[in-house]
Amino acid sequence: MKSLFIHLGRYVMWHKNIYKKTGNFSMFYKEVVRQVYDIGVGSLLIVFIISIFIGAVTAQQMYYQLTGTSIPAYYIGYIVRDMAIIELAATFTCLVLAGKVGSNLAAEIGGMRQKEHIDAMEIMGVNTASYLVLPKIIGGLIAIPILVFIAAIVNIAGGYLASVPTGLFTNFDYVKGLRSFFNEYNVLMMFVKSVVFAYIIITVSCYQGYFVKGGNIELGQASTRAVVYSCVLVLVSDYVVAILLTTG
Amino acid sequence: MIRIENIHKSFDDVQVLKGMDFEFDAGKTNLIIGRSGAGKTVLLKILVGLFKPTDGKVWYDTRDFFDLSKEDLRALRMEVGMLFQGNALFDSMTVAENVRFPLDMFSKMTLKEKNHRVNECLERVQLNGSNDKYPSEISGGMQKRVGIARAIVYKPKYLFCDEPNSGLDPKTSITIDDLIKEITEADNITTVINTHDMNSVMEIGENICFLDKGKIVWKGNRHEVMTSENENLNSFIFASPFLQRLKAKAKK
Ligand SMILES: Nc1ncnc2c1ncn2[C@@H]1O[C@H](COP(=O)(O)OP(=O)(O)O)[C@@H](O)[C@H]1O
Ligand SMILES: [Mg+2]
Repeated sequence: MKSLFIHLGRYVMWHKNIYKKTGNFSMFYKEVVRQVYDIGVGSLLIVFIISIFIGAVTAQQMYYQLTGTSIPAYYIGYIVRDMAIIELAATFTCLVLAGKVGSNLAAEIGGMRQKEHIDAMEIMGVNTASYLVLPKIIGGLIAIPILVFIAAIVNIAGGYLASVPTGLFTNFDYVKGLRSFFNEYNVLMMFVKSVVFAYIIITVSCYQGYFVKGGNIELGQASTRAVVYSCVLVLVSDYVVAILLTTG
Repeated sequence: MIRIENIHKSFDDVQVLKGMDFEFDAGKTNLIIGRSGAGKTVLLKILVGLFKPTDGKVWYDTRDFFDLSKEDLRALRMEVGMLFQGNALFDSMTVAENVRFPLDMFSKMTLKEKNHRVNECLERVQLNGSNDKYPSEISGGMQKRVGIARAIVYKPKYLFCDEPNSGLDPKTSITIDDLIKEITEADNITTVINTHDMNSVMEIGENICFLDKGKIVWKGNRHEVMTSENENLNSFIFASPFLQRLKAKAKK
């Protein structure tokens, strides 16, 4: 319990350094571009694959639960769409990214700590918290909401592919469902979630790497912690955001 | 010149440095020697501000290192270069990009001026022609040279080297030592080197402090090493029977 507060305190204090300017802007800009590419393009395929299956499963499940009830078939399209936008796109994408991006960032920064790269930069006068972490935060805040948006669309497409060609229900029903009861507010909620999740994944993972000590075993543990803590915090914040944005 | 006064350092409850006073001279290769685990790296990291001492002061000429304003500290950082034990070269950057990194980060030079300076430094360490290689593609000795080139790219007044010979063969070690000494003298740099290498002590030991159990137990230069009666120092430097005979001869 004591160490939880020590980590929390250090995490907060660390933020003061992250948001302090360091060095020439061109170097910073180059890093941001690299991060958007690494996080965004690097995760496109995996996000695509999981989203298509999640959409398919949602449609299949809804079909199973709703057949034999008096609820009309086109509701399935509506449910798939809103589940994707409100919950599944952001949460599933970010849980997968917590694994992929989180472990990557912790290992990259932790490796730099252990190989004295961070010390070398500090000696040169570089504010390493800012130079190493801020471009990743900005890169993540740009790339991850875009990935989530793509995930939502692919999700809906996955629902279509699983149901219409297989004859669960008609093209007309699915499209009618997609066009029913649309609320823009839910899209806003999706973006709020993706921004919050992105911030959690990037900072928690970088924190684990930045303060790593020891050798390879500690680096592996830090990488694992990055993933586990990111996942748990994503789900906790999912609930908190849901309460904040759907009540009152 | 760098002067340390009464430097103490503890990690949690473990006292690693227990009160040290010494003066590192300008234009000289100053050595910190001692057995593995004696606290050499900790002392060096205190000198460059990576660790804060539990007690004591570090003076860079007239500047009290741990009492500088942010602006003064930033200015001082530009006067400091460091060569790390594992070189700390950035793997994703080429040799030239590594050396240029401090300039890219902070200088207002044009790319052409920066590249010119980078080539000057690479020539200085006899590494011209390797600009576009990656650190993993060159030998350990060459990596050291890149590390030196990067450390001097800002024309430092103070240079720190943590075990510059570790992992190198004796011949390469000596050329690296000579290179550091040559640069130190030519540019009147205050150079501080951590080492437990007997050759370095004899080659470039102009001003030596010997660390043992958290204290400086001997000070002197390489000539005084040969004649010293300090048991502790002798058992460290003249570890092998061969060297003990050498020392006995020198005394006569
Ligand atoms: N960051 C640290 N935290 C705790 N103990 C440390 C730390 N760095 C070094 N030490 C301890 O200080 C002692 C001296 O280490 P060091 O200066 O690395 O020795 P060396 O003379 O071989 O360079 C060792 O016992 C080491 O365990
Ligand atoms: Mg050491």
